[in-house]
This record gives sequence, C-alpha cells and structure tokens, in this order.
Amino acid sequence: MDVPEALRYTTDHEWLRLESNEAVVGITAYATEELGDIVFVELPAVGRHLQAGEAFGVIESVKTASDLYAPLGGEVLAVNEDLATQPELVNAEPYAAGWMVRLRLDDPAMADGLMDAGVYRAQIGG
Amino acid sequence: MAEDLASRHVDVPADAADAAVLTRTPIHERHVALGARFTGFGGWEMPVRYGSIIDEHRAVRSAAGLFDLSHMGELWVSGPDAAVGLASALVSVPGRLAVGHAQYSLICAPDGGVIDDLIVYRTAPERFLVVPNASNREVVAAELASRLAGWAVELDDETLTTALLAVQGPAARAILQPLTNLDLGSLRSYAAAEARVAGSPALVARTGYTGEDGFELFVDWDDGPAAWDALLVAGASHGLLPCGLGARDTLRLEAGMPLYGNELDRRTTPFEAGLARFVHLDRSADPPRCRDFVGRAALEARAAGPLPRQLVGLVLRDRGIARHGYAVRRPGQPEPIGVVTSGSQSPTLGEAIAMAYVPPSDASTGTMLEVVIRDAAVAAEIVPLPFYRRTR
Repeated sequence: MDVPEALRYTTDHEWLRLESNEAVVGITAYATEELGDIVFVELPAVGRHLQAGEAFGVIESVKTASDLYAPLGGEVLAVNEDLATQPELVNAEPYAAGWMVRLRLDDPAMADGLMDAGVYRAQIGG
Repeated sequence: MAEDLASRHVDVPADAADAAVLTRTPIHERHVALGARFTGFGGWEMPVRYGSIIDEHRAVRSAAGLFDLSHMGELWVSGPDAAVGLASALVSVPGRLAVGHAQYSLICAPDGGVIDDLIVYRTAPERFLVVPNASNREVVAAELASRLAGWAVELDDETLTTALLAVQGPAARAILQPLTNLDLGSLRSYAAAEARVAGSPALVARTGYTGEDGFELFVDWDDGPAAWDALLVAGASHGLLPCGLGARDTLRLEAGMPLYGNELDRRTTPFEAGLARFVHLDRSADPPRCRDFVGRAALEARAAGPLPRQLVGLVLRDRGIARHGYAVRRPGQPEPIGVVTSGSQSPTLGEAIAMAYVPPSDASTGTMLEVVIRDAAVAAEIVPLPFYRRTR
C-alpha cells in the first residue's frame, strides 16, 4: 500500500502535506481501496475556518457516504474543483490530483502530533 | 471517515469470530483467490466486489458478469397439491405456469404486507422451486410449512445443498452455450430446463436481476466450483468479470427492480411498489381450490381504494447522491412527503438515481421534488421506471 514518507497521517485515513504554514489534505490510498469507486466529493467553501477534527466535507463511494475530518485547524484557502466533475481522481491519484483542500494552519506545530508514514503503515497493517 | 471505515472492517471477516456466524458458499475459496472484499448479507459471507463496482457493473451492461448467488433460498414444493397449495400461500397462481416456466411472485401477511418477493419455477406438473431472498429464507420456509400444512405436499429446503450461479449480460448466451447440451436459443425469458452444465446436472433458467439477458444455474453444492471455473474461463474472451453484490445492487436499481428491505417490507403491499400485475386477484378461471390466499381480503381492499403512497423513480438535478432513508419534500416546503428507498450514482446513466415512496398526488412524471441530503435540499425530478432498459 502506498504511504509516502513525506506526509503526515490521521487515524481517519487522511494525509496532510506541510508547506510552511499551509497544508494540503487528502485521503490515503488505503482509504480509497477500502471505499472503492469514489463517485461524489463535497468540499467546504473557500474562506471557511475549520477546527481540528471538524467534519468539513463528504466523500461518497458507490455504496456509502463518509465524512471528511479536518486533521488540523485552519482556514480553507482552496479546494480541488476538479473533483466536482472527476471524483475518480481520488481513486487514481490519492496523493496528487486527488487532493481535497489547502489550509492555512492555525498552528503548524500541531502537525507534529499526527502520525508519520511508519506509524500509519503499522496502523493499517501494511 | 473513521466511523465508516471502522464499520467496514466489521464487514470484512478478518478473524474467526466474525466468520463463525456467517455461512460460506461453495465458491468461497474462489472469491478469496480473486481478491474479493466480503460483506455479511442475510447470514452469509458474500463477495461485495472483486475490484471496482463500476467496472463490474459495466461488464454486465456491455459483455457479461458472473455472480455467486448461492445464498439465495431453494425451497422445493412437491406433491399432488403443490400447485393449489402454493396458490393459497402466495399472491400468484403458480398452477398457471406450464412446466418449464417461472413467475415472479410475493408472499404476503394476512394484512397484505410483503413477507418476501420470490421466483417460482414449475419444473414438473407437481413440483415447484421457490427462490426467496437469503435474508428471508427461514421465515418464508416457516410460512410455507404453516400454510401448506393441510395440503398433500412436501416442502424441502435445499438451500444448503444447492449452488446458484448467474451469468448475466449480452454475452451470457454465447458464454454459456458451449458449456451446456441445452439449446439456449430455445429457452425463452422466464423459462427453465434441466440440462448439463460443465459436466454437471443443472437447472438452467433464463432469469436474472440485472436488466440484462442472462441465465441462472442451479447446481449441486459440490458442483458449484467447477461450474464457476468453467464459466470464468469461457467468459474471459468475452469480457466477463466476476461480480459482487455491489454491482448486483446498482444493476437492479437501474433496472427499477425492488430489493426486499428497501422497496419492500412488512409495511408495504405489492400495490404501492408497482407490483399489482403479479397479484392474481381474479382467480375465476382457476380451479376452485386456488381461489383464496393469505392476504386476499386486505389486498382486495387496497386494490379498490386509493394508494397511500407510490414508488417512483427520481433523477437528481443538482449535485448529490440520494440514499436509503433520506427524506423527500415538495420544493420549498419543510414537511417530508416521502422517503428514498434506494439510491446511488448510476454507472450507466452518469446521474444520481433513486427510488422513493411519495403520495400519488406527487407521483407524476416530470414533478420536481427535493431530496434532503445532509440538511440541504437537492432538486430531483420524477422519471419513469425503469431508469435503464436494454435495447438488444
């Protein structure tokens, strides 16, 4: 299972890529395997402020709907508009074209509290 | 996503404790080898998908899919009173069937509520095969035992000695023909015949639950794996894929077919579900002993009066996916008037489709309604069922 070393991970199977005081967020390859074909992604409005752990969107596979949770607090700077018409990008490239939101973090140091690749890999048994 | 992924893990029998309570079909080891993901369904451990549900769905629409349906019930009713006994137990008159034919039917409670929907095959003058849903097999078997008690019939539940495979899709006939001595061209829709398939005795039926042409093959439990292997091999060059319950659900939804527990339940009569044509109320031409059946009075009253609600098809006109249990409203009005029974993104149509119960006054094609999705109102238009009808 693909778990890139440079990213941080949550127990909710989301990844976060730090870029100074900003972060890009998506869901992991493991999550896409578990969910199957993604057919719908609902993302927050740009400018909305998210608390850590807050549900900020919804991802739907053929069979089920799941909430997306903010890994850290911050303001939504951008969302991946391509997912409105091509939700399958999440399956195809979960760590690249399938990204979901870009946040301006309230406190980038909080990212240290998230899992690194090794710990996440152990969590998913791979 | 934690909760959904966690609940999904419960569905995957990663340890013996989960698996112990679920029955496995004779094809189970094949599913494991194919990398299937499993789900508990009606007490059985069933493949929900092997890879992509959308790929499996499209294979059935464009080529063929192979399904293991060994969880479905096989209840045999035989004896001199088999035809009249079943006519008293079900809403249809199976005695109208010629030998070698089948009908869709339902078994209802005295109040007219649906206990299950099922297929009845007449395989001999005094022998019928009743196929209920896996989740209802035991209650249907118990109801039949009770309702047939006064008749000269024998009831045998052969579910656990029968494997059921379905090959569905436009290429199904070409795939199956080389494996059987039966001329499939002579087997009409809703007909069934005994034959050999891949060297084993089989009941071959031209039935299915996908909206495509296709066949359902009842074979002995132990012959299931060999038949599965032969169909996979024969189908490979035709584009056949093994398909799980996920694709089965989206295929039947596009085809507008009801699923027990979604469109049908004890609080629903066949009439609301649009299944009036399967309820044989006029039995004046049938033998006298076929005239009465369980639920008759309640169903006659329901047939004569206005329906409290009606099953309709919806296509969402804004972004979103309607799911089972979501409320349906009139535009701009806060009070729910109905409920979604099934919904998904349609792989064939590329739109979000759903079935829902609404009042008959709101059930006309073209009516604009709203589905409440996570507190937001999403526009939906009533369309005729089925959403998809095959053209070849």
